[in-house]
This record gives sequence, structure tokens and C-alpha cells, in this order.
Amino acid sequence: MTGMPWGKQAFVAAAALALAVLPLLTGSFGIDLVTKIMIFAILALSLELLVGMTGLVCFGQAALFGLAGYAAVRLSPESDSASMWWLLPACIGVSGLYALFMGALSLRTKGVYFIMVTLAFAQMAYYVVHDTPLGGGTDGIYLYFKPTLAIGIWTIVDLDKPLPFYYLVLVCLLGVFAKLALLARSRFGRALAGIHANEQRMRAAGYSTYPYKLAAFVVSGCIAGLAGFLFAVKDGFVNPELLSWHQSGAVLIMIILGGLGHLRGAVLGAFAFTLLQELFQSEAVFGPFAKHWHLSLGLIIIAGVALLPNGLIGLPALVRQRLFGESK
Amino acid sequence: MGWATFFVQCLNALQYGLLLFLVASGLTLIFGIMGVINLAHGSFYMIGAYMAYALAPAVAATIGGGFFSTLAVGLVLAVALGYVLEWAFFSFLYEREHLQQVLMTYGLILVFEELRSILVGDEAHSVAPPEWLTGSIALGDLMSYPVYRLFISGVCLLLALGMYVVFAKTRLGMMIRAGASNREMVQSLGVDIKFLYRVVFAAGVAIAVLAGMVAAPVSSVYPGMGNQVLIICFVVVVIGGIGSIRGALLAALLIGLVDTFGKVIFPQAAGVLVYVLMALILLWKPDGLFKT
Repeated sequence: MTGMPWGKQAFVAAAALALAVLPLLTGSFGIDLVTKIMIFAILALSLELLVGMTGLVCFGQAALFGLAGYAAVRLSPESDSASMWWLLPACIGVSGLYALFMGALSLRTKGVYFIMVTLAFAQMAYYVVHDTPLGGGTDGIYLYFKPTLAIGIWTIVDLDKPLPFYYLVLVCLLGVFAKLALLARSRFGRALAGIHANEQRMRAAGYSTYPYKLAAFVVSGCIAGLAGFLFAVKDGFVNPELLSWHQSGAVLIMIILGGLGHLRGAVLGAFAFTLLQELFQSEAVFGPFAKHWHLSLGLIIIAGVALLPNGLIGLPALVRQRLFGESK
Repeated sequence: MGWATFFVQCLNALQYGLLLFLVASGLTLIFGIMGVINLAHGSFYMIGAYMAYALAPAVAATIGGGFFSTLAVGLVLAVALGYVLEWAFFSFLYEREHLQQVLMTYGLILVFEELRSILVGDEAHSVAPPEWLTGSIALGDLMSYPVYRLFISGVCLLLALGMYVVFAKTRLGMMIRAGASNREMVQSLGVDIKFLYRVVFAAGVAIAVLAGMVAAPVSSVYPGMGNQVLIICFVVVVIGGIGSIRGALLAALLIGLVDTFGKVIFPQAAGVLVYVLMALILLWKPDGLFKT
């Protein structure tokens, strides 16, 4: 843990401040985009807890994300708004329970087999919402009345308006970030880091590793559920694509692109991945070539892997090393 | 379900399973021997199918001959593609973490799909089977079975047999198996391991491309077909046990059966059955059916 701890904190503080003042500078398009990115950042953080901190590569995070979204729509009354006080815990509970089920079984396997078993459980959830009356088919279902966040008759946050919702999401993102940062320093987090480094040795040291891994899985599921709830409320709409393996893959790509093993990396990756997508799709910048944005995105990802072995988070160190010949 | 229907469905399951085996065998080889998770493997299948569509007129005009000369040209191109790809994109990935490989090959998928869109367009196309394979065989009074599907199964069986012979009976196969179990040792015995890897990769690509070319007349050719086959092939590889060709064959046939009969018996739940099967097998045997 050498380096510059104050630099890290300054970076996080500056980023939080930038996100807080951003709505003053951009229009409604910017607010909408950044709200979406912050929700994905929460989802990416939930996966970072598993992949980066515990070393469990989960390929089914989208199921935990989407199930909470579906729960938000299905549990809301049809002609009235629900109160967020009970709806949010219920949605997080749905994801947490599915994570408990998925984790309890899939943690019996390891490595690539674990990746594929989590995929299998995610696909099961996908087909449940896709093919049964619970889900409403390929077209998805609408949330007609957004939940309210109020004490008595006093509304704290009006979820229908983009700007208050933006700040609610920002608070959630900062809260999740802080919680995970604290968790990493706790006894529990240290145990997870130990499991990541060498599970065999942890067992030899007297830790029963399975409950730790399962607990991490459930916490991760709950955080993914929070992201899914926010996503459903943001658009007032959910469809099976939220649970598809493409979505699980995209979140995984985000945290690898950002740099594994750092919470900042997950957030950075979510921003970089979504913004690059938007950039390459923009006809203002690329003209008619914007139609082929997959090509530009693919090439930049390949270049990223070739040039940045530690993800975006490793970029400053790499630049320092090149410019000043500093070595670690 | 009458006997004739049952028989036809069995043939369909066999054909689908064998086709899956072809794509999955390349994946399990590259995975088991080189330790690379290659998400772009489905793209090779897609490239093969598009080759069957786009190359056929060009080959007929220049070289002449029909289906088989197209297959031959496609195979040559596929080997060249695999060789160059391994050299350019994969050779430096062996030392890296698995997740870096995932990221890189994900980028390759995007590039391949978009190049396909630029070169051939986004429409779905159908490919005609060669004329002498267009007929069907009558089964009973009402049912018939297309000859071309039997041809696919035959090609797949021949290739599976060929792979078995190469692996189990030749010196090259011996070196490849040795390289899979201990890279450094094989290298210090004087085998050019880099070249060996390149050959394995090129062979894997060629088999996937061949599968795509052979399947094109049955499945038709459409955007995104590679990704669809990719996930199922990973399921096959994992059920069979990573690196095990025998396991991949058994798993592919099993999935062919479950998927085909699932669609007939439980049409509502057909999609999920394959994954339920995988989850059950891996909970029973956490390292797949044939651990290597």
C-alpha cells in the first residue's frame, strides 16, 4: 500500500464533486446519460466486490440486476404509486434471495466452471421473465406510477423529475462506494482478499471460506438489486434484455476495462465504456461512419488490452514510468 | 409422437449435436491446450457461414467446380486467418490473466461483426445446398428426411474420427497433448511450442469455419449467428470437461437431444432446459463429465 493515498482520496473527492455540479453544466440529455452511467457504475461496483475483491468471476450479474427491476414493476400497485420505503427493500430482497440460491449452489464449482454455472442460473432467470406470464414477454412491462419517497405528506425526492432523481442516484453511488471501501478494510474484506490471493492457505489458516464467499455473493446481489431498482424507476420500463448474458458481459467488460482490484476502476470503467459507446455512435463526430460504431469500440478495446495491461486505472502509473523512468 | 416423428427428431438431434461438437471441439482445444478463453470462436462459425454465401459465386466463376471447391477455398482462407490472428492478437495473451483474454476477444467479436456488416451487409440470406444433395428420403408414408442433413452428420462424424486419429495416433497429436500438460517441459525438449500453438489455433478456426460453411444451407446466414452458437458451445465445453474432445462429443450429443426433444415436448421451456441440464451436471460433477 505505498504510493499516494492522498492522491487517491483527492481523485475520489474531485470525481464526486464533478458529478455533483455536472447537472448545472449540461442539459437534460447529459443528466439522463450520466444518471444511466451512474446506475451502471453501481452495478459494476457490485461485480467488483465479487471479481476484484474475492476473485469470483460471476457471469450472471445481469440476472440479479434485472430481477430487482422486474420486482419494482410487479410489486407496485397498478393504479397507484408505491412507497419507496418498502418497495426498495423488497426489490433488494428479491435479488438478495436469488443471489443466495445462485451462490449457494454455484460456489460448489471453481474457475471457468463457476463462470458457466452462474451464467446458467442467470439464463434460467432470463427465461422465467421471458417466457412466463410473470414477465410479460419480449416487449417487457411498464411502470406507470413511479414510487414516492416521502415522510408523511412531505416528499423528499420527486422521482418523476430527472434532476432530483440524478442526485438520488449519485447519493446511492457514493453510498455504495463508501460501503465497499469500508468493507474492504474490515475483517470481512481482509478475509475476502485472502480468499482471492490463496483460498487453500485461508482454509489452512482455519477459515471456513464458503460462508465468506456466499456472504460476498449475497451482498453483491443486493447491490446489483439496488442498481436494478434504480434502472426500472429511471425508465419506467423493464424488458428481458436487462437479464441477458450480453448485459452480464458488458458489466464484466466495464470492470476489466477500468482495472480490476480497485473500486475506482469499476466506476471509471462504467463511465469509459458507456461514454465510448456514445462517442462512437455520435454522427456529429464520426459522420456516416457512426453506423459502424461497433468497429471503433472493438478496436479501442483491443488496443486497450494490448497497451494497458492493468486497465484504465493503471494509465497514470504507466505514463509516469514512460516519462520519468520511475519503476515500482 | 409416432415412431416416424421420433426417428426424424432423433436424426435432427444427432445432426444438431454433431454440428455443435464441431464448433465446440475447436473451442475446447484452444481452451484446454493454450489456456485461452476465446469468445471470438462463435465469430469463426459466422465467418464460415458467410463464406459459404459470399464465396460460392466467386469460386464458381474463377476456379469452377461447385460446393467442394468452395469448401476447399474456405478452409485455406480459414487456416490463413487463424494463423495470422494467433500471431497478431493471441500470442501475447498467454501470459496474461484470463479476464484480459475475455476483454480482447470481446473486442474481436465487435470487429468481426462490424466488418461483416460493412462487407456483406445486414440482411439474412439463404444458401442453396449443392444440387445432388437436395433430395429427401421418404420415411413411411408422410415423413421424409432431407439428404443434406444426413450429409452434415456424415461430414461431422468423419471430422470427429479424423481428430481422434490425429490426436491419439500421430506424432503431432502427441506433441499437442504433451504441450497441454506441460508447456515448459515440451519446449525444453526441443519442440517449437509457439509454432505448435499456432497450428492448434489455426486448426480450431478452420474447424469452426468448416462447421459454419456446412451448416449454412440448413440454418441460413444472418447477423449475430456467431454469438448464438458461442454460448451453447461454452456450455458443451464445460459439461464435457475443459480440454476433453471425448467429453465435448458426448456433451454436444446430449445437448442436441435435450434441445431438440425439449422443443417438441415442452415448447414453452425449451430455452431453459439446456441450462438446467448444465447446472445439474456441474452440481453433480463440478469438473465436467471428463476431467482432463
